[in-house]
Amino acid sequence: MANVSMTVNGRAVERTVEDRTLLVQFLREDLGLTGTHVGCDTSQCGACVVHIDGKAVKSCTTLAAQVDGASITTIEGLANGVDLHPVQAAFKEHHGLQCGFCTPGMIMAAVDMIERHGGKLDEKTVREELEGNRERHHGC
Amino acid sequence: MGVEGIGARVPRKEDKRFITGKGRYTDDMSVAGMCKAAFVRSPHAHAKIAGIDTAAAEKMPGVIAVLTGGQLKEDGIGDIICGWMIHSKDGSPMNMGANPALAVDTARHVGQAVAVVIAETQAQAREAADAVNVNWQELPAVASADAALAAGAPQIHENAPNNLIYDWEIGDAAAADAAIAGAAHVTKLEISNNRLVPNAMEPRAALADYNAAEDHYTLWTTSQNPHVARLVLSAFYQVAPEHKLRVIAPDVGGGFGSKIYIYPEEIVCLWASKKAGVPVKWTADRTEAFLTDAHGRDHITTAEMAFDANNKMIGLKVDTIANFGAYMSLFSSAVPTYLYATLLSGQYVIPAIHCNVRAVYTNTTPVDAYRGAGRPEACYVMERLVETAARELGVSPAELRRANFVGEFPYQTPVIMAYDAGDFDASLNAAMAGADYAGFAGRKAEAEARGKLRGIGMACYIEACGIAPSQAVGSLGAGVGLWESAEVRVNPVGTIEVLTGSHSHGQGHETTFAQLVAERLGVGLDSVQIVHGDTDKVQFGMGTYGSRSGAVGMSAISKAIDKVEAKAKKIAAHLMEAAEGDIEIADGEVRVAGTDKKLGWHEVCLAAYTAHNLPEGMEPGLKEGAFYDPANFTFPAGCYICEVEVDPGTGHTDIVQFVAADDFGRIINPMIVEGQVHGGVVQGIGQALLEGCQYDPETGQLVTATYNDYPMPRADDVPSFDVSTTETLCPNNPLGIKGCGEAGAIGSPPAVINAITDAIGNNDLTMPATAEKVWRALSASAVAQAAE
Ligand code: FES
Repeated sequence: MANVSMTVNGRAVERTVEDRTLLVQFLREDLGLTGTHVGCDTSQCGACVVHIDGKAVKSCTTLAAQVDGASITTIEGLANGVDLHPVQAAFKEHHGLQCGFCTPGMIMAAVDMIERHGGKLDEKTVREELEGNRERHHGC
Repeated sequence: MGVEGIGARVPRKEDKRFITGKGRYTDDMSVAGMCKAAFVRSPHAHAKIAGIDTAAAEKMPGVIAVLTGGQLKEDGIGDIICGWMIHSKDGSPMNMGANPALAVDTARHVGQAVAVVIAETQAQAREAADAVNVNWQELPAVASADAALAAGAPQIHENAPNNLIYDWEIGDAAAADAAIAGAAHVTKLEISNNRLVPNAMEPRAALADYNAAEDHYTLWTTSQNPHVARLVLSAFYQVAPEHKLRVIAPDVGGGFGSKIYIYPEEIVCLWASKKAGVPVKWTADRTEAFLTDAHGRDHITTAEMAFDANNKMIGLKVDTIANFGAYMSLFSSAVPTYLYATLLSGQYVIPAIHCNVRAVYTNTTPVDAYRGAGRPEACYVMERLVETAARELGVSPAELRRANFVGEFPYQTPVIMAYDAGDFDASLNAAMAGADYAGFAGRKAEAEARGKLRGIGMACYIEACGIAPSQAVGSLGAGVGLWESAEVRVNPVGTIEVLTGSHSHGQGHETTFAQLVAERLGVGLDSVQIVHGDTDKVQFGMGTYGSRSGAVGMSAISKAIDKVEAKAKKIAAHLMEAAEGDIEIADGEVRVAGTDKKLGWHEVCLAAYTAHNLPEGMEPGLKEGAFYDPANFTFPAGCYICEVEVDPGTGHTDIVQFVAADDFGRIINPMIVEGQVHGGVVQGIGQALLEGCQYDPETGQLVTATYNDYPMPRADDVPSFDVSTTETLCPNNPLGIKGCGEAGAIGSPPAVINAITDAIGNNDLTMPATAEKVWRALSASAVAQAAE
């Protein structure tokens, strides 16, 4: 068993978990943050993307114990109170989702992408960078 | 149209919860004391089960129970059914092999469940499942449909000699043969339609909770049709009678057909929750999804199209073998028959059509309806044939189609369907204009200068949606009626709840259905709540598939609104001492036409509930229900044009332009419709270029069981689409809606393949047209030889 403590969406949390607990399990099952999803077993779909210390990471391929002491942001912590993050607002405005299952991961990946490219994103880069995210592209 | 009513491009009401992580999917649910299930699955495609030793597994940490198929059978749980009876052409009923939720003596495909472990945690359940010792005796297996029919093939079900499920036909064989014999030109193709794995992004899941005190079950499940699930679980699997079983399909992350069916895991979780005395949850991992979600397509077809000397189509003959996998899934039998062969007239006048379909068992995952279901297979046959014929005849593919279009409606095809409305020239013209068809030669030359081979291909599809007129499908073998129901509850304050039997798993019903209410009753979208997916709340419903929720589900809502409106008008007329016929409802008000007399909508609603002053004899309240049974199928149709560039060095195909012009009848929310077309087209492009489910022919192992091996289209595989609509209203439902959910997946594969074969000058190409296949086809083609 491992004792892990971290900051999740601005709140300090501490739990004792099995060593093999994945970060996504920790978030979903121990903390009840079910907005982060699991869509595959091979780290390819991106439904599980969260931010660890500000960087987009697949939480299905990260052990909870690995991020002891880190600051995690999940989809639930992205909005500023009632104000949606601009990327959340854009997904709604431009009909960027249908069934919503892959959406949290897409949004978290997009926020990271925008931050890394500092406003110099073009369509080609976005399409290439979404390489790590799968969706059934509209029409669930 | 108001700003929020029919035709308005309003953002979706449901989005807020999804973009903030507040969606509630089945795996997000938990109840006190919940345990986890892990299934023991067959590692073999075909094997006898000589024994199952559960002793070691039972002793493992956290294990509550280990249950097998024998116990399931002893408890009287019924076998999985196929709900559509098809008779072979000799009159005999289809050969349905027994399909137990947990295999008892034989496993017939890799991944078939044979036992289940219930344990406190997922990890414990999985470890114990690995410790269950099954004594397998391997049998020879067969994976492809043609091999399964061959002499000496392994026999999969005793009651299906030669693995044949049925040998069915439609149309007039003699007339089609005569047309071909007397034709000026016959185009003949061998066509395969590749097997696909649906891959809804949310894996299937079930949470079953048995309450012993009430003798009542609750099931949360990833279903497109919770009421159908409850009906089948009750009536056929004898899990519990309907009033003792509540089925909830909460937010569901995509379906594409694969979540229509009632799978072994749901049945077993319900049964196990009583047997083990704990709530049981199971969630598929992605490989389980690959192995157990019903697959799609998998046809092998020979087709001949006959033309007279004026290039008029005079006959069509089609022979298809459909691979059903190891068992008959719920609607499997209908897919290559009434959802496929009845669409083989395409958009064309063809006087003589005949189609023969043989359905066969193989040692593979069961196959059933998947986005489009039969119609993509029909469209692929027709549109490859027409495009090929145009090349052989040396005429424009667009003009050959146009010359054979159905131009007058209603049009009775020789294969059951009666097309009620359409304008095929309009969608062809719109697509050709959008694609600058006339300018293609210039673009091709320009591409050639860059060393690329550019090709153009089109497909003019028609499909049948609005599934379905109950009496008609009943006469064709369906075990259920395919109407829809709705209830419109107006609250005393004037807000409205709509309870619908349709189920949204991405389609945006919470928005579009509310738009209908806003249009009709003059209230804001925020005053309308759409309730769906819970058998305790909604009385009944047939669910969402076959693009039926607009044409059938909304028609039921519209009928219920008619009744609400009539009663509200009666009350308002009474209160304002006016004639009922003069009452108008709009903008939150109920007015007497031509006067300044009016009441607020909420005042009329409140009056209905206070019942202090209602017309003589009227019951209090304002709540109405309706069932809507469609009079006919609906017929969405359109034209897709695809332009590709092939790299002759690598065979890699780039889709450089894709234009869609669709006629979906009346559109409620264009933004949502465009999203459906985008999604469908991407799935069709996936089928055409990337997705090919592969079984090892010797062992029956699924070789493509993860995203490492099964490529799904990603954002950088597709271009921006040019999507537009033309409109002819469907005359058979009150809203004129035809349906838009499947068109993209139906029309796009032939458009893509027609474009690639045009580019490379070789028509001998199968889907998925991977770079390797395209490169090989190119090497064998005239284009390559000319370049040497
Ligand atoms: S669940 Fe993490 S990438 Fe699929």
